[in-house]
Amino acid sequence: MNSSVITFPGSNCDRDMDVALKKFGFKNKMVWHEDIELPKSDLVVLPGGFSYGDYLRCGSVASKSKIMKSVTNFAKGGGKVMGVCNGFQILVESGLLPGVLLRNKYLEFICKNIFVKVIDKNSPYFKNIKKDTLELHIAHNEGNYFCTKEQIKEINDNNQVALVYSDKNGSVDDANNPNGSMKNIAGILNKEKNVLGMMPHPERMIDPTLSGEDGSIFFNNLINNLK
Amino acid sequence: MIVNEQVAVDHGLKKDEYKKICDLLKRIPNITELGIFSAMWNEHCSYKSSRFHLKNLPTEGKNVIQGPGENAGVIDIGDDDAIVFKIESHNHPSFIEPYQGAATGVGGIMRDVFTMGARPIANLNSIHFGSPQHKKTKNLLRGVVRGIGGYGNCMGVPTIAGQTSFDESYNGNILVNAMTLGLVKKNKIFYSKAAGLGKPVIYVGSKTGRDGIHGASMASAVFDDKIEEKKPTVQVGDPFSEKLLLEACLELMSGDSIIAIQDMGAAGLTSSSIEMASKGNLGIEINLNKVPCREANMTPYEIMLSESQERMLIVLEKGKEEIAQKIFDKWNLDFAVIGKTNKSKKIELYFNEEKVANIPVNTLVENSPMYERKWRKAKLPKKIKIKKEQFKNLKIITVLNKILSNPNVCSKEWIWQQYDHTVMGDTIQKPGGDSGVVRIHGTDKAVAASVDSSAVYCWAHPLSGGKQIVCESWRNLISVGAQPIAITNCLNFGSPENEENMGEFVECVQGLGEASLFLNFPVVSGNVSFYNQTKDIGIKPTPVIGGVGLIKNYRNMVTMDLKESDNLLLVIGKTEGHLDQSLFARDILNEKNGPPPEINLFNEKNNGETILRLIDKKYIRSAHDISLGGIITALSKMCIKGKKGATLKKPKHLISQFEYLFGEDQGRYIIEIDKNNFKNVATILEENSVHFDELGTIGENDLIIDDKSKVSIDDLIKSHTTWLTNYMSK
Repeated sequence: MNSSVITFPGSNCDRDMDVALKKFGFKNKMVWHEDIELPKSDLVVLPGGFSYGDYLRCGSVASKSKIMKSVTNFAKGGGKVMGVCNGFQILVESGLLPGVLLRNKYLEFICKNIFVKVIDKNSPYFKNIKKDTLELHIAHNEGNYFCTKEQIKEINDNNQVALVYSDKNGSVDDANNPNGSMKNIAGILNKEKNVLGMMPHPERMIDPTLSGEDGSIFFNNLINNLK
Repeated sequence: MIVNEQVAVDHGLKKDEYKKICDLLKRIPNITELGIFSAMWNEHCSYKSSRFHLKNLPTEGKNVIQGPGENAGVIDIGDDDAIVFKIESHNHPSFIEPYQGAATGVGGIMRDVFTMGARPIANLNSIHFGSPQHKKTKNLLRGVVRGIGGYGNCMGVPTIAGQTSFDESYNGNILVNAMTLGLVKKNKIFYSKAAGLGKPVIYVGSKTGRDGIHGASMASAVFDDKIEEKKPTVQVGDPFSEKLLLEACLELMSGDSIIAIQDMGAAGLTSSSIEMASKGNLGIEINLNKVPCREANMTPYEIMLSESQERMLIVLEKGKEEIAQKIFDKWNLDFAVIGKTNKSKKIELYFNEEKVANIPVNTLVENSPMYERKWRKAKLPKKIKIKKEQFKNLKIITVLNKILSNPNVCSKEWIWQQYDHTVMGDTIQKPGGDSGVVRIHGTDKAVAASVDSSAVYCWAHPLSGGKQIVCESWRNLISVGAQPIAITNCLNFGSPENEENMGEFVECVQGLGEASLFLNFPVVSGNVSFYNQTKDIGIKPTPVIGGVGLIKNYRNMVTMDLKESDNLLLVIGKTEGHLDQSLFARDILNEKNGPPPEINLFNEKNNGETILRLIDKKYIRSAHDISLGGIITALSKMCIKGKKGATLKKPKHLISQFEYLFGEDQGRYIIEIDKNNFKNVATILEENSVHFDELGTIGENDLIIDDKSKVSIDDLIKSHTTWLTNYMSK
C-alpha cells in the first residue's frame, strides 16, 4: 500500500505520521506543498501542525496551496484522503468536508487522552474495527466542530459522522466533550466516505510504552481495509 | 545626536564605564557605537557582576562535550548521539507583557539549541508568580502559560516537565525560565567561532523591525512605576517563522556550507556579530543597507539594537551562497549577504556608504567591565524549637488535605494540559512525574529532564539552598531511573548592587558548585538574571536547576504511581523530622524562621547510586523523591497517580508524628518493592550503608496513617486537583 503525507510549512506531525504509516506497512512518501503532482497513492494524509502558522484561519492558507489541487482531484476521483487535526482543518477549509472548526469552548489549547465512540463502521477507515470505543489523543486549540442546521441534517442523513467524543464505555454526553463540538463530533466523512477528517491523533497512540495502542488498532485495520 | 556622559547614563551605563569606553576608543563614540557598547556591557550580556563567581563552578566531566561559553552546553549520551541543552530567563519581558514575553523566551532558548545543529526534542519551564491573592497573578499566569504553549506547540516540540510556584516575593517581578533539549550527532555540532578571512556573513530569518530595541538593557534594570512605558522593548514572537528557520537551518547544516552560526538573541545583530568575531579572533564588516528591514528608514542604531526574533547570522564557506540561498528561498525566509570577515579585529559598520561604527572587538568583550561586588555572608539561622503543644489541635488528615491543595504542591494539570507534551511521539513520561522523559527517536535510549528550585531554602540560607536544588534535581532524575549527567542553571536574583542580594548570589553559587562537584553533575550552560526586583524589594533568591540524565533502556524507566496491592513501601534515607522552613512549618504553623534542612552530599550520592542499582536489578516498581511536604505528601502523590491506597506502619522513630510525616529531611525517596524481594533489597541497601525504614504496604482505596487517621484516595485526588482549576476559572 502506498501512502503520501503532505508537508506544509508549519506542519509538525508529518514525521510522526510517516513513522506510524511505515510501522503498519505502508510505503510512505513525503510530499512538499509546492509539488504539483501526487505520487501514486492508496492513501493521502494531511498531517497535524500549524500550517502557515494558522494565520488568517487554521488551515485556510494551506487549503489554497499548489498540492491541494491534486489532492482535491484525487479525492473527487474516489481516492482516500485523511486529515488529522490541522489536516482536518485544511479539509473543511478546502470544502472537501462540511463545517468549520472553531476555537475550543474554554479558549484553551487542550492536550490529553480522550475516548471516541466509532459511529461509522462502513467506511474504509473503520469497517471491521474490533473496538467500539478508542482511546486516542487530542492536542489542539481549534477543534470545536460546528456547521449549519442544514449541514448537520445532511451529515446525519448520510451517516457521515465517523467519531464522537465519549467516555470509555461509549456514553456520549457534555461531560465527555472536551472542546464544545456540536454533537460531540470528533471526526466526519464526506458523503462518498472516501475523505475522513478527525481531530484526535491516532499516530500518537501506537506504542504501549507511550500511551496505549488504540492508534495501532486503527492503522492495522485501515491497511487491511485498503488491501 | 551628540554623545556625552548623560546620554551614556541614559543608556544604562555608569559614568566610569563611559569614561572607560572613551579611553579604549581614544575618542568619543558616536551614538551607534554607544548603543553597541551599552548592549554589550549591560549585565545581561556581559555577566559583569557574576563572571567572577561563575568561574568557580565545575564545568567538566567525562560526558561533557561543550561547557558554558557557547549557545548551549553539550553532553555525550553514547552511540555518537549528543544532547544540547540550556535554560534561560525571560523574566522582565514576561512581567511587562506575559504572552509575548513567555513566548519569545521559549523561542529564544529553542534557537540557542538549534543554532548548534540540534533538533529540539523537549521543552521545560520553571515559572514563578506572586501570591495567588495578588491582583496581577491570575492574568500573568494565564498569559505566560498561553505564551509558552503558543510558541512550543506551534514549533511541534513537546513540553515534558515544569515547575510552578507562588510566593509574594514575585508580586512585582515574576520569573519565566525556559529550557530546551536538542538532539545532535556528535560530529555535526555547530559552533559560533568564525574562521577564515573574506568569508561571507549571511543574515537569515525574519526581517529586522523596531521591536525589542534595548531589551537586554531593560532586563538589566530595576522595575519602577513606569514599567508600562517599557512595553515596546518586549519582542514579538512568530513561532511559524521559527519553525521555518529551524527546518531551513537543519537542512543547510546537513551539508558542509557553514563555518559558524549564531542566533540573534539579546542585543540582536550586535552581540551575534561581535561574538563570532571575538571567538574567531578576527574582524567583521557589515553593510547595514543590506540588512532586510521590516520598516523604512531604520537607522544603523536601530538595526544594530533591534531584538526582532527568529533571525540568525551565519559565516558561510565562500561559494556556498547559492546553495544556502536556495534552501532559505524554499522556506520563504529572508537571506542576505550582509558583510564579510576580515583581519581588522574590528566591527566595522557601513551605512549609505559611510562608516558608522568602528570598534575593536576586544574592547567590547575582553575589556568589558567585571565587578567584584561587595557581598554579605548569610548566617545560618538558629533552629526553632517548635513546641509540641502547637501540634495538639491539628488533625493529620486536615493538614494533609491542606498541604495537597497548597498552590505550591497541588496538581498543575491545568497548566500542562495546555502544552502539547506528546508531539514527536517519543514522550514516555509526561508532566506531573519526577522528570519528563523522551525516548531518543528510533533507539532504546531515553533522556530524562527536570527543573527545580527551592527559593524558600535559598532565602533562609543561600549556601544550603544552593546545594539542595542540585541534589533535588539529581533525585528527580534518579527517581525515574536515569543516570544524572549534567545541569544547566538559571540564576534569578535581586540587584547585585545590594550587598545582601549579592551575598545570596555568591553563596547559592558556592553551594550549587559544591554539590555539583561532589555529585559529578557538572554545569554545562546557564544564564544569570539580576535585578529581579521592584524598587528596593528583591525576589527570594531563586536559582533554577535544569538536570539531564540518561536511561540506557527506556523500558527500565520508573514512574511514581503505586503499582500493586500488598507490595512493600520503603523510605530510603534517614528521617530526622526537620520542620524548619518546611511547608508544614511555614503554611500550617505560620513559622517562617529557622534553617533549611541540612544537606549531606555523601548520603545524597550514595542513596541515589544505590537506588539506580536497585532499578538496574528491576527491584523497584515505583519511586518518588521526598521533597516539599515530607513523607506523607510524597506518598499521597504516589497513591493519587496509581489510584491505590496504603497502610502505614507505626514508625520506630522517637519523633512526633508530625515531624515524621511532614519533615523535609533531604536525600530521601519512597520506593515500592515486591514483598518477596525484601531480603535481597535489604541486603543491597545494607551493603551500601544506606539507611532505610519500612513505611508500610500498598492497599486499595484508602490511605491509612494510624487508627485515627484515614482518608480515601478519592478525597486526596480532590484536594490535589481542584485548587488551580478553581482559581483560574473564578
